[in-house]
Amino acid sequence: MEQKTSDHAILADKFNQDIPRVDWHDKTLWFIREKRDKAAWQIAEWEELRELASQIKNNVLDNLHDYLLEFEKQAQQNGVTIHWAANAEEHNCIVHSIIQQHGVTDIVKSKSMLTEECHLNEYLQKQGITVVDTDLGERIVQLAGEPPSHIVLPCIHWKKEEIGELFHQHLGTPKGNADPQFLTAAAREHLRQRFLTSRVAITGVNFAVAETGEIVVCTNEGNADLGVQLAEVHIACMGIEKIIPQRKHLGIFLRLLARSATGQPITTYSSHFRKPRPGQTMHIVLVDNGRSERLQQESFRNALKCIRCGACMNTCPVYRRSGGHSYQYAIAGPIGSILAPSLDMKNHADLPFASTLCGSCTNVCPVKINIHEQLYDWRQVLVKNGHVSSVKAAGINGMAVVLSRPAIYRIAGAAGRWFMKYIPAIVNNKFNPWYKQREMPAVPKQSFNEWYRQNRKENGKQS
Amino acid sequence: MESRAKILEALNKKFTDHPAPLPALKSFPYAAGDPIDKFEFVLRGIGGRTVRASNWQEINDYIRKEYTPENRIISLVEQVEGSAITPDSDPHTFENVDLVILQPHFAVAENGAAWITSDRMGDRALPFISQHIALVVTTDSILHTMQEAYEKIGDANHPFGTFIAGPSKTADIEQSLVLGAHGPKSMTVFLLSS
Repeated sequence: MEQKTSDHAILADKFNQDIPRVDWHDKTLWFIREKRDKAAWQIAEWEELRELASQIKNNVLDNLHDYLLEFEKQAQQNGVTIHWAANAEEHNCIVHSIIQQHGVTDIVKSKSMLTEECHLNEYLQKQGITVVDTDLGERIVQLAGEPPSHIVLPCIHWKKEEIGELFHQHLGTPKGNADPQFLTAAAREHLRQRFLTSRVAITGVNFAVAETGEIVVCTNEGNADLGVQLAEVHIACMGIEKIIPQRKHLGIFLRLLARSATGQPITTYSSHFRKPRPGQTMHIVLVDNGRSERLQQESFRNALKCIRCGACMNTCPVYRRSGGHSYQYAIAGPIGSILAPSLDMKNHADLPFASTLCGSCTNVCPVKINIHEQLYDWRQVLVKNGHVSSVKAAGINGMAVVLSRPAIYRIAGAAGRWFMKYIPAIVNNKFNPWYKQREMPAVPKQSFNEWYRQNRKENGKQS
Repeated sequence: MESRAKILEALNKKFTDHPAPLPALKSFPYAAGDPIDKFEFVLRGIGGRTVRASNWQEINDYIRKEYTPENRIISLVEQVEGSAITPDSDPHTFENVDLVILQPHFAVAENGAAWITSDRMGDRALPFISQHIALVVTTDSILHTMQEAYEKIGDANHPFGTFIAGPSKTADIEQSLVLGAHGPKSMTVFLLSS
């Protein structure tokens, strides 16, 4: 695990230096949130679907041991090889050894957040293997040498003119052409050559059905399917929590997934891979990487219900105005902020504070994860474990003293109002984080406490 | 094997005294309206085309009008003209296919998707590698929702199956919708009256 050099607040500050760009980023994501709303409101039973999805996932988390065994058995009967990886390193080694067995140096990969979590691309590149990400957005950030900034919309932070320039440099498109239609066509030609020559294709997994041993992969571009169907080897990588019990449960999840993600009624392709095509070998890598441990944390386990739709990011006022890279984790936004600290509490201690706790994430989550409550709970855990800065800890302790003693509270309030009125520079300065991008409020003549006492005296006791 | 045992052992611990039961799925009342109209409306909204046809002749006429004899057209539907494929062909040889015509099992009104399985694809690569795709859906095979779709699929054991809803597409560049990402640039669904 690499150590972070900066925290969310500092990176968010940097992102906010270009105000028109932040506004554009904010509005783009809000537009997707609105599309999600329109799609959800067309389904009368939407809330019941969320409840069912949540209950199915709860059942999965409580019975994961049995479901995984059932899945393994079914998949093996389908002719699929199952691998188990305890952590990211083991996952990367397994994938590498499969690629090596086939003597291949160039592979294609469709979108998989798990492989981002495990830093598979970097690992394989070190072993001399070229990985081409085939999702257009992922290819764009890959050419730019960046990680995705959003799990569904990997290059949501890029402007078309910048993508035009990037393609000019890497794919030789004419300089200055930033037409999305043209750039997409150029990427199609460029990637088709990769599809036609790659003998190994890696995909992620949206759902793995215990009952049948099949996996379901959803894309709009068709890149997962094209990669797999033209390759000799299909490697599918999944976290162990992607299991669902029965095939009919897909009827619930596929109604929720794309509507929550982008407001589409369904992704263009929802492909069910059960048996490899004749002559092909198929591998599924089941990855733990901290999940079994997380299951034992009562307050935080249900974050594992996540189906990676990204709705919580699109709605989050902090994500929209700080950008995915400020989270420094493969999964950004509210859900990333509760997943990351279970993996490495110290390294991701900044993330649960990157929230206003407004609860919008919880309201849109298709599997009803109580994201904002977990963010709040994480803060308690982080403070108890000494993972907040001494300034923040001192401030919180100071507030606890003031708020728990009415006399001190009254004096502090009166003193604060006096200073704000007569020596405003004491609070209106850069050392006061509340003064950043905000005017301090006008000083009231009296506090509520003073007003109440005065009125009670003037108007007599209410019966 | 060591990791398998380790992971399963960690998962075999008792997490709770009250494990969550698996909920019974309920079926919801269908939205009012004709599922054929709904399917047409939704599919057009996601970039697909629909053509109503009352017989096979109309479908063949339409394709003849839209494509030239130079186009490589593969048909997996007996009544629709086009070349057949040689069994066990290398899927890479389909790279220059202009149009593939397939017949899915059924379509779904709520999302414009059609369910097609490997036995009806000729080759699993065809629905994805072809420049354009056309599907023939009989109007009596349009279901309302995905839940109904999975009831219909039941426990059928297909090596590969996929829901296809429209042409392949992307909006990764500034949320501008572009049809024809990696797969077909267009999808035409012939709605054949039953």
